[in-house]
Amino acid sequence: MTTGTTQDTDQGQIALICARHDNDPHRMLDILRDVQDRFRCISRATMQTVAEKTGLTEVAVEGVASFYAFLSLEPKGRVTIRLCDDIVDRFAGLVEVTEAFEAALGITVGQTSADGVFSLEYTPCIGMCDQAPAAMINDLVVTNLTPEKVREITAALKDGKRPEDLISDRFDDLSPHARATRMVDNNIRHAGAVLLGPVPADAGLQKALEQTPARIIEEIEASGLRGCGGAGFTTGMKWRFAAQAEADRKFIICNADEGEPGTFKDRVLLTERPHLLIEGMTIAARAVGAREGILYLRGEYVYLRPLIEEVLAERRAKGLLGKTIMGVEGFDFDIRLQMGAGAYICGEEGALISSCEGLPGEPKTRPPFPVTCGYLGFPTVVNNVETFCHAARILDCGAQWFFDMGTEGSHGTKLFSVSGDCINPGIYELSYGLSVRALLEMAGGEDAAAVLVGGPSGTMIARDTFDRKLTFDDLATGGAIVVFSAERNILEIVEYYMSFFVHESCGYCTPCRVGNVFLQKAVAKFRQGLANPADIAYLKDLSATIIETSRCGLGMTSPNPILSTLENFPLVYSAMVKPPKDRIRATFDIQSAISDARVLAKRRSSIYDKDFTK
Amino acid sequence: MSGFSFQIDGVEVTAKNGQTIMEAADEAGIYIPRLCDHEGLRHQGGCRVCTVKAGGRSVAACTQPAAPDLVVENETPHINKLRRDLVGMLFNEGNHLCPICEASGNCELQAMAYRLGMTEPTKFPYLEPCRPVDASHPDIALDNNRCISCGRCVRASQDVDGKGVFGYVGRGIHRHIAANGPNLRHTDAEVTDFAISAEVCPVGCIIRKREGFARPIGERDYDDHLIGYDIEKKRDE
Repeated sequence: MTTGTTQDTDQGQIALICARHDNDPHRMLDILRDVQDRFRCISRATMQTVAEKTGLTEVAVEGVASFYAFLSLEPKGRVTIRLCDDIVDRFAGLVEVTEAFEAALGITVGQTSADGVFSLEYTPCIGMCDQAPAAMINDLVVTNLTPEKVREITAALKDGKRPEDLISDRFDDLSPHARATRMVDNNIRHAGAVLLGPVPADAGLQKALEQTPARIIEEIEASGLRGCGGAGFTTGMKWRFAAQAEADRKFIICNADEGEPGTFKDRVLLTERPHLLIEGMTIAARAVGAREGILYLRGEYVYLRPLIEEVLAERRAKGLLGKTIMGVEGFDFDIRLQMGAGAYICGEEGALISSCEGLPGEPKTRPPFPVTCGYLGFPTVVNNVETFCHAARILDCGAQWFFDMGTEGSHGTKLFSVSGDCINPGIYELSYGLSVRALLEMAGGEDAAAVLVGGPSGTMIARDTFDRKLTFDDLATGGAIVVFSAERNILEIVEYYMSFFVHESCGYCTPCRVGNVFLQKAVAKFRQGLANPADIAYLKDLSATIIETSRCGLGMTSPNPILSTLENFPLVYSAMVKPPKDRIRATFDIQSAISDARVLAKRRSSIYDKDFTK
Repeated sequence: MSGFSFQIDGVEVTAKNGQTIMEAADEAGIYIPRLCDHEGLRHQGGCRVCTVKAGGRSVAACTQPAAPDLVVENETPHINKLRRDLVGMLFNEGNHLCPICEASGNCELQAMAYRLGMTEPTKFPYLEPCRPVDASHPDIALDNNRCISCGRCVRASQDVDGKGVFGYVGRGIHRHIAANGPNLRHTDAEVTDFAISAEVCPVGCIIRKREGFARPIGERDYDDHLIGYDIEKKRDE
């Protein structure tokens, strides 16, 4: 039978993919990504073959395949279009763009065309809020979409053109950097002294190699550098702990899983400062005594993969990675690129390590902390892209230079990703300590009614507090600043972000897995006008339980959109609640309450249906 | 092995180095409520019912190491409120109909609710999921509607039986326990496996066929005692 032979060859090809990754179960994500790219699906037969080759159980393979949004158990189209469904995209015309895609392709979101050519889906924030609406087409990105642009894109694709041809006629001749910047604008609006101004090549690494590892760590500690991914842990301390740990192997991991909705600063650093990033990782390796590194790139940024790979290859060729770096005997360090596959939770340190190990992106139990027991159980430093870039600059220009910028407790500069209702969305590199108002003035967002600082896991503030400062101690942020004008519906925004957290919770612990669904339903009641006065207390109460009992940072911050708007926009909620009248809940709807019973009983109600006799 | 002491609800407890708060408490005859943890299995820290305040910070007692002079709050009104919320979440996430469930009386979820004083519905909405039942195996059935995702069967099968019959698949609210393969019949599960035994599944999800109501209502595990009794009685001895 022909199908039999096809299957045999398919399984043969899958075995080859496994072999290419040494049949290593820790490379499961790479294996499944390759299978998905080649076959557009991970079938049960595939899972059996992969399990056999890697020595895992089939259900363990299924656990990974079913965890990541970019892997699918059902066949996807050869061209998979993922529309960014962020709230910023919605406000920028996503509905019209979606309708244009649906009309042109003859399918609705969530479907694959009958001929297997196109799939259309929604995906959470892809890091393009400054040029929304945006979408991924296979491994590429298209931005600033309009219905007209969608019609051009779909016509070309239906004509048999490759997605690459949409970017440029000469796509294959372009350098990876040129391809990336053709697809995505950097939108650098303000370049600061540390990262986006002029940066001499490898000057920090050169100076690091003239010092002892202990001295490098002292320098980083003295600079006051804190993690730029959002949590703000002191970088020098992290490096010191890892340096002190005794182990045969140590790892440096770069967290480029920038997933907080509204954040896109790492995208710009990866595009414009990739060498600085690798330089920073190499310095960290020198400081803690690591020989192996991993750069974890979020699946949404797969369009940057060729660029990063080129940079890694170039640095190996120049002796800046690999053995005897810069001629220093015994200093060996190399980096592998690990692609993610669509999971916000992988930005959490432990989940990111799990993902690098080929597991579902579930956070790890702490303690032990990664600095003593991280990747494969070895001491591991995980830092954000921006943090590594800062570290390289600190080694070049000195701790004091960095320390003198910013404010007490928040030193140096920070990249802010500004998007939403403002004239100049994009990247602003500014010293810590600026007020939100000052940033809004720079970005042309003075008309803002609400600003979300730090993304949905951060704080939503109102006009009366725009003088608050962007520092770790006041308004901490991994970089996201989302601006909303007075015409936006706060409850719509909150409901969107809660659905985001429901979608992105890993499901490991009860409060985050279940509690966030309850919160989302409760906010929906407010939006529908079905909330009672007691529901405001219910929101606060449930939020408190989720925050206090969740296992990782996702659940500890997911109620923030609700709590910060309850605090700063209380009228939005109180205007929607209906007090009881005549001791009956005003929001109780008898018709919807008995609708299921009508169906089950196969008859209408003698009391509540006036047409009962009919 | 060197040891140290710390406090749980004002009681001095001795711990060995490397012990978690729960392990030390168990030995001392202090019960910390838990659902996903089970003696002899790896700690998971997933259900969060064992949340305690240790040194002012809320942590899972099953995974948090005990430390010298640590002050732990276990059965305070605040902690019990958190636990009621978590148990309420587990009830409403699945389809738990105690009056018609074979596990009633032996069920740890039900017993935990009683221990925490939950005698009426909570404010939480019912998610009423529609989960398929896997009755493909000749001796075992799985009713995922009653599953609380504790994963005790996963660890028991992997670590004790050396098999890997179960695993977690999916993400978020859709994460669930699945058999290794299309269904349970395709696995090497046997009714004599530890993972299938009555003590591993805390609820009525794993069903041993032809064994229903072997012990009548009235003579079941929690008919006479609160859950945790077996640990607490150690203290009296």
